[in-house]
Formats: sequence, structure tokens, C-alpha cells
Amino acid sequence: MDIIVSQLMTGLSIASILMLVALGLAIIYGVTGVINLAHGEFVMLGAYVAWALQTEFGMGLLASLVPIFLIMALVGWLVEVLVISRLYDRLLDTILATWGIGVMAQQAVRLVVGGELRYVQMPESLSKSVTILGATDSAYRLFILFVALALFGLTWVIYRYTNFGLKLRAITQNRAIASSFGINTARIYRLTFAYGAGMAGLAGALVSPLKSVSPEMGTTYVVDAFMVVVLGGTQSLMGTLASSGILGELSGYLAFYSNDTIAKALVLVAIVALIRFRPQGLFTARART
Amino acid sequence: MNKDRRSFLKATAALGTVSLVGFPHIWNKNASLARAADGQIKVGVLFSLTGTTAIIEESLNKATIMAIEEINAAGGINGMQIVPVVEDPASDPATFAEKARKLVLSDKCVSVFGSYTSASRKAVLPVFEKQNNLYWYPTLYEGRECSKNVIYTGAVPNQQQDDFVPWLVKNFGKRWYLIGSNYIYPKEENNYCKKLLAELGAEVVAEEYVPLGHSEFSSVINKLKAEKPNVIFSTVVGDSVVALHRQYHAAGLDPATMPMASLTTSENEVAAMGGEAAAGHFTSAPYFMVWDSPENHKFVDAYKKRWGADKVTHFVSEPSYFQVHLFKQAVEKLANSDITPNAIREAVKGQEMVAPQGKVRIEPENLHTWLWPKIGQCQADGQFKILKQTTDWLEPVPYKAYPNQKCTAEGLKQI
Repeated sequence: MDIIVSQLMTGLSIASILMLVALGLAIIYGVTGVINLAHGEFVMLGAYVAWALQTEFGMGLLASLVPIFLIMALVGWLVEVLVISRLYDRLLDTILATWGIGVMAQQAVRLVVGGELRYVQMPESLSKSVTILGATDSAYRLFILFVALALFGLTWVIYRYTNFGLKLRAITQNRAIASSFGINTARIYRLTFAYGAGMAGLAGALVSPLKSVSPEMGTTYVVDAFMVVVLGGTQSLMGTLASSGILGELSGYLAFYSNDTIAKALVLVAIVALIRFRPQGLFTARART
Repeated sequence: MNKDRRSFLKATAALGTVSLVGFPHIWNKNASLARAADGQIKVGVLFSLTGTTAIIEESLNKATIMAIEEINAAGGINGMQIVPVVEDPASDPATFAEKARKLVLSDKCVSVFGSYTSASRKAVLPVFEKQNNLYWYPTLYEGRECSKNVIYTGAVPNQQQDDFVPWLVKNFGKRWYLIGSNYIYPKEENNYCKKLLAELGAEVVAEEYVPLGHSEFSSVINKLKAEKPNVIFSTVVGDSVVALHRQYHAAGLDPATMPMASLTTSENEVAAMGGEAAAGHFTSAPYFMVWDSPENHKFVDAYKKRWGADKVTHFVSEPSYFQVHLFKQAVEKLANSDITPNAIREAVKGQEMVAPQGKVRIEPENLHTWLWPKIGQCQADGQFKILKQTTDWLEPVPYKAYPNQKCTAEGLKQI
């Protein structure tokens, strides 16, 4: 019994981290159509901001979550203003540009704070393990699960119930028509990019106490995030939620019964096979055409 | 016509003789490498300063540079200054080979100090063998290599495990869980470990490999909870070490009953995972930063003074440091006119010095190093407590897992 619960929790935990990382990527692609290859580096920068706030100002991780979101949103906003805004509707150019931004971000971190691995302390109150239905799990992993769901809920509420969200959905369906109805699409794009970058930063900060903080850490996350987005469907928030859940449980299960190397390969094969039969992903946004 | 041809032949023969005698570099590749006249000895320093392994190779670069500066400040070698040519191979094996070629052929270095991963060593090996130059390799590695062009100053499997494995079996028990990163080093170390465990009548409950750079260990933790091994033998490397320890700690597992025993967790990784995640686990290595000896105090103080008070020394940066001093001792024995890679190799055979870890010696037969394996237990302050050291320095046996093979000066021998 406890091993089943423990497996389920492991899957959920992997899923929550996947979703945290993928959410920002999905939002940015869904709205602006930009494939942001610097997303992993936004995650990495978030972790470094957490580290800097902790070592320079003695701020605990929980207290620094809001500042990290704001700082990374600002970074995203600047990147959009300086680079991305000039490249909309030029898919290949944005891929190249964001890849370049990623490389520069890695090297900048290495030049400013050095290449060594960094250490972010786990919040004291969450460093214990807890018992659920006979299975023990890390309190911090449960906390990540909770935060990931809360952030997803928040994003969904913004998307569904606010004026901003309404404009977002309009632009997602057809930018030209939305624009002709007086929606300032440039401004909406900018805010979306900033929000997505802020989410990536939060993801980085939240995983930093479980993993290691290094200039290269974003590279692996961006691959996982793309798998989630591709599987879920690119314009659907629910798709992101569902596909991170599926991928998390699937990799947790496969890794338990074989090992992580095989799990990674099988998950990738499964996605490729699925895309063959359902190229649009599992979920698609309904649109009147 | 005949006469013409004869004189032509004569002239050609004469020219040939003159060129052989007068321009020795035509027939002796290494002659042009002699560094005497200009009062400089050029050496290559080849550690990645960018890319994935820069995290650790930067510290090796720092230890090497520091040793060179020390030697130069003390008057150099027989009055000649060591000039380091530093290249950054960017953690990429192909770039390693290219930079090695540059250092040997165009910079005419008499030796190159470098690299961390086995992949990069394998990449540069053909360059040093073809050009008959010398490569100084400081990392612990899987053994099973025999080259007269590489001096190995890190530990091989027998030097890390011969003491460690029996000690762990005695103190913790016979059910072992082997986990490593998925490449050659962990697999070779585990082969050796399994051999020792079989001799001790211990059991391997699982042997598992995770992808390089892997950072999600929750499934592994679940398996540990289910299997409850006595010892987790870890040859996980790099960032993954940090993730594994932190997730083990967060899951509430206890090192007192299920410790991790590692060959790859140094002060460097511990600094990045935080002392509380590392405390209680074991590492076997010939060097720990806390080792109490005058040579080590001097090394640690100098390192902190040169590179910053927050820096740590560890079991790969220490050989990076002492191998430059061994190089100096070997070159000192040579006349300035015949400083060549060949002559240096011959001079380095059997060379001894008191390194920070203790007195070390280059084994003439296989160019590996006699070392002082120690067992350390990590403490909450991020430093190790040394529990045990071998009673005598330990011979390097790079082919110990392969009973019929032996590395000699003439190459690999079947016995």
C-alpha cells in the first residue's frame, strides 16, 4: 500500500516541477507564437536570484518568491522590448535570437558570479519529511506541488476571468482582428512575455533547494518543458496541466520498475508516437473558424 | 650525362648528411622542443573554463597555476621560468584534442597539465602518443589504461576501494546498492567493487545508472526505501551528486543506517549541497582538505590567499598542484639542453615528494602514483572527518580488476 502511495506522490512531484517549468513556456508560445529557447536560462536566472537574495540580503526562500517573480518579469520585459518585439512573425529568427540570449545569459552568470555550483538553503519549516497514508514524502516536495497548483490556478483565473485574459484569448485566436478591435497587441505581448519569464524564475527558485544551481542547469529543464508543451497542445493551459501530470506519473513509474535512463527514452518514444497520430497534442483550444 | 647524374647523387647525399647532422630537428622530432637558450620552459595548461565541467576544472586550473607561480617565485627550474600556455577546451572532447595539438605542435610545450573527465583524456591521448609528448592527468579514474605518454597522479580503483569496501561491509553490512552515472567510469569502478564484494561474501541488491546531469532522484529514493540496503555505493558525478544528496536528505532517510559511500563526493560538491545534506556520508580519497600535515596547511593557506577565502581544495585539485612540483623535480635533474618530453618521462620515473596528502611516488612501471587512501565522513560544516588512513602508501594497480593484464613500460602485457 505505502509503495503505491509513494509512487503516486513521486509522479505528482515530478509532474509539479515539470508544470512549473512548462507553464511559462506554454503561455509565451500560446499567445505570442515565440518559441523561447532562453526559457531554461530564465529558470536558471531565477535560481541565481534566489541564491543572491539569500547570500547578499539573508532573505529566506519563501520571503524572496515575490521579489524573484518581479525581478524575472522585469528581465522578460526587457528582453521583449529590446529583442523579441522586433522579431514577431519571424519564427526562425526568434528561435535563433532566444537561443543566443540563452548562451549570453549563461556566460554572463559565469562572468559575474563564477562557474561553481551554488547552494540555496531549503526553508527550515519544510526540511522535514511527512507521512501520508503510510508513505513518507519530503515536505518540501509537497510544498512545490501546492505552489505549482496555486500558480496554475492563478494563471487560469487571469486567463478566464479578467479583462486582460479576454484580450489574451482574442489575440491568441486572431491577432489582426483583435488589433482592429482596438486591443493594444504589442502591450499584451510584452506583459505575456514578462509573466512567462516571471513564472520561469519562480520555477528555478523553487527547485533550487532540491537540485544544484549552476549556469548550465536550464538546459535540461527546457527539453522537459518542450515535451510537456508538445504533448499537451500548444495553446491550452489545461493541456499543460494534464500532460505534465501524465509525463510525471509515467516517468516516475517507468523509472521505478526499470531505471531513469530507460524511463527517459521510453517517454520520448511515447511522445513521438503520439505526435504521429495527434500532431496538435492532446488538447486544443476551441476556436471558431 | 652520367657524370652529371653522379655529381647530383653525391651532392644529394652530402646535403642529406649535412641536414641530418646540422639540422637535427629533421630526424629528431623532439630536438626542436628543447627549451634551454631562451631561459623559459613552456608548459600547457588545459582545463575547461567554460561548459559543463568548468565547475570543477576551474579549481584544477587554479591549483596548477598556483604551483607554477610558486616555482617561478622561488627562482624557477635551474634558473629557467615556467611559462604556462593556458587554453580553454570548453568541456568538449573534440576541442580538447584540437587545443592539445596546438599546445604540442605550435607552442612546443614540453608537457601539458590537464583535463578532468575520462572522455577528454581519451580525446587527447592520440595527440600525445603520436607526437611523443607528455600529459599530466590529475583525476581519479577507472584505471585500465596504459600509455607511456601520460603521467597519472590521481587514484585508480584499487587505491580508493581496497580499504573502503571491507571497512563498510564490516561496519554496515552486506546488502549493497550500487548507483552511478551512465558512462564508463562508474561501470568500471562498480566492476571492481563487485569483485571485492564477492570476495567478502556480500550481496549487490541493485546496480543502477542514471543519465549524466540527472537531477530527479525521487524514483531512486523510492527504490532505496523498498530495498533498504546497508550501503549505497555511489559513483554518481557532477551536479547529480548534489541533487542525490539533497533529495535523500529531504526524503528523511538516515545516513546512520543507510549511508552513501562515494568515490566522487569531494569538498567541492559538498559546498554546493550544504553541510546538512552531506553530513554522515562517507568518501574514500587520498586527500581531504582537513588533513593535518604541514604541507597541507601550507597548500590550503596559499590556495585561499591566492584565490579567495571561500575556496576549497579537494582530491583532484591536490594532485593538480603536486604534479607540477613533480614535474619541477624531474626537469631539475636534466641539463638545460635536453629538456624533452622523453627525457622528462625518464626522469620522473620513481620520483618522490612530500605532497599535501603525504609522500607520493611515481611508479616507474606504469607511470601511475603511489598514494595514501583515506576514509572520510562528511560533517555538517561541509568538511570531512578522517576516520582511517592506509598504514602504508598504496601501489597503483590500474589493471587489478583484470587479473591477466599488467601495465609495463613497454605497454600492456598479458601474464
